[in-house]
Amino acid sequence: MSVLSNDEIRRYSRHLILPDVGLPGQEKLKQSSVLVIGAGGLGSPVLMYLAAAGIGRIGIVDYDVVDETNLQRQIIHSTSDVGRPKLESARQKLLDINPYLEIDSFEVPFTSDNALEIMAPYDLVIDGTDNFPTRYLVNDACVMLNKPNIYGSIFRFEGQLSVFATEDGPCYRCLYPDPPPPGLVPSCAEGGVLGILPGTIGALQATEAVKVLLGIGEPMIGRLLIYDALAMDFMELKVRKNPECPVCGDHPTVTELIDYEQFCGMPAHDHSDYTAAPALNGQEAEEKTPVPQITPIELKARLDQGESLPILDVREPHEWTISNLETYGAFLIPKGEVLEHLAELDPQKEMIVQCRSGGRSADVIRELQKKGFHKLLNLDGGINRWAEEVDERLPVY
Amino acid sequence: MTTIRIPTPLRTYTDGQTTVNVTGSSVTAVLNDLTQQYPALKNHLFDGDELRSFVNVYVNKEDIRALNGAATAVSEEDALMIVPSIAGGA
Ligand SMILES: [Zn+2]
Repeated sequence: MSVLSNDEIRRYSRHLILPDVGLPGQEKLKQSSVLVIGAGGLGSPVLMYLAAAGIGRIGIVDYDVVDETNLQRQIIHSTSDVGRPKLESARQKLLDINPYLEIDSFEVPFTSDNALEIMAPYDLVIDGTDNFPTRYLVNDACVMLNKPNIYGSIFRFEGQLSVFATEDGPCYRCLYPDPPPPGLVPSCAEGGVLGILPGTIGALQATEAVKVLLGIGEPMIGRLLIYDALAMDFMELKVRKNPECPVCGDHPTVTELIDYEQFCGMPAHDHSDYTAAPALNGQEAEEKTPVPQITPIELKARLDQGESLPILDVREPHEWTISNLETYGAFLIPKGEVLEHLAELDPQKEMIVQCRSGGRSADVIRELQKKGFHKLLNLDGGINRWAEEVDERLPVY
Repeated sequence: MTTIRIPTPLRTYTDGQTTVNVTGSSVTAVLNDLTQQYPALKNHLFDGDELRSFVNVYVNKEDIRALNGAATAVSEEDALMIVPSIAGGA
């Protein structure tokens, strides 16, 4: 007797006639379990394809709620799901694709406290997270539990894929021993991402997961794929196991999970209460100092009283075309070019600095403060908060 | 001319150029040439004189850490790639 019912055998017929899968392979998939961390851009195609492929048990970790800005790429969620927990939306979609599936939901942030316990029962882990602390956490936990880690990562038009933490293969820390200092690498929320890109990389992650589970083909162990969507170029690089790797090397120094937010100097998720430790000196800590703020409503009131307040918009030109405060005299100098235009700015005059949501403008203020500008105010929440609180005709993006 | 592929996150600092032609006989030399052509790149590639640890450099698919590090010899036919870590996924 097969572990597959006659209905399932019919459903998987295209796999069953495939030489490298066949009935034994499909039975193996049915008896396999996969943990997918993140039900977002990468998680969406991964989950949908693994469900359709007939993986028996899928665990999903995500605590987020579906948001309109997710729909451009997170195809497991639909317009009617906006406001619902992602786990609920994903679960419904997956069981509709394949009712023979068992789904475990973990509606919690993935942390050092729960990672090993959540991961332990699964055969394999798929990293669909969106931040450095969680990526290092997923890696280290996979190494400690001997679970293959199917890694995918995306930014703008570029993606990376590899398989880490297999028996003799390298791990994520062998590839990147240290995370970038906070602020140096923009996130997708800041830098944008082609909506189809996580589809491409996620489909590759699902492919690698099935290959590893079935033991077929040549999984991306010791290899890093770089995908450039604009050039439509797939480039392969070598990843060596580092004998001095602190987690998977010959003499590991990291033998239990650490505080990854502290390790990376950044929070892992919005529910985190992590704040960067005040370092004695050093640029990274200095960049975190608060700057004087003004709320959109306060700014509007001052402008309405006829005050002349220049507004420096430090976003990119393509963002200016989405929304701007030109009617209030705002002018555009992108963040990266402000220092070249210092001569055009008056350090004696009070000025508002503004971006999309207040982060980049705060960085610009800190830079300008070093150049003798001490009358700058950051528009708290940026033009998006202005759109929400002052002028509803402007779009929020 | 040796070519260096510039990854998406760093193209902001190379006027959008996806590859840059550089001269030099070692990784250090070609990277110096690169940052002389595009000075804004320097802070993103180097921490002082050291290559930042989240920025990997490959010569013909091989990580320079498995070769001779920044001293790895480079010839005109070689293709270099800069691959910084990215974390996006949501
Ligand atoms: Zn390692």
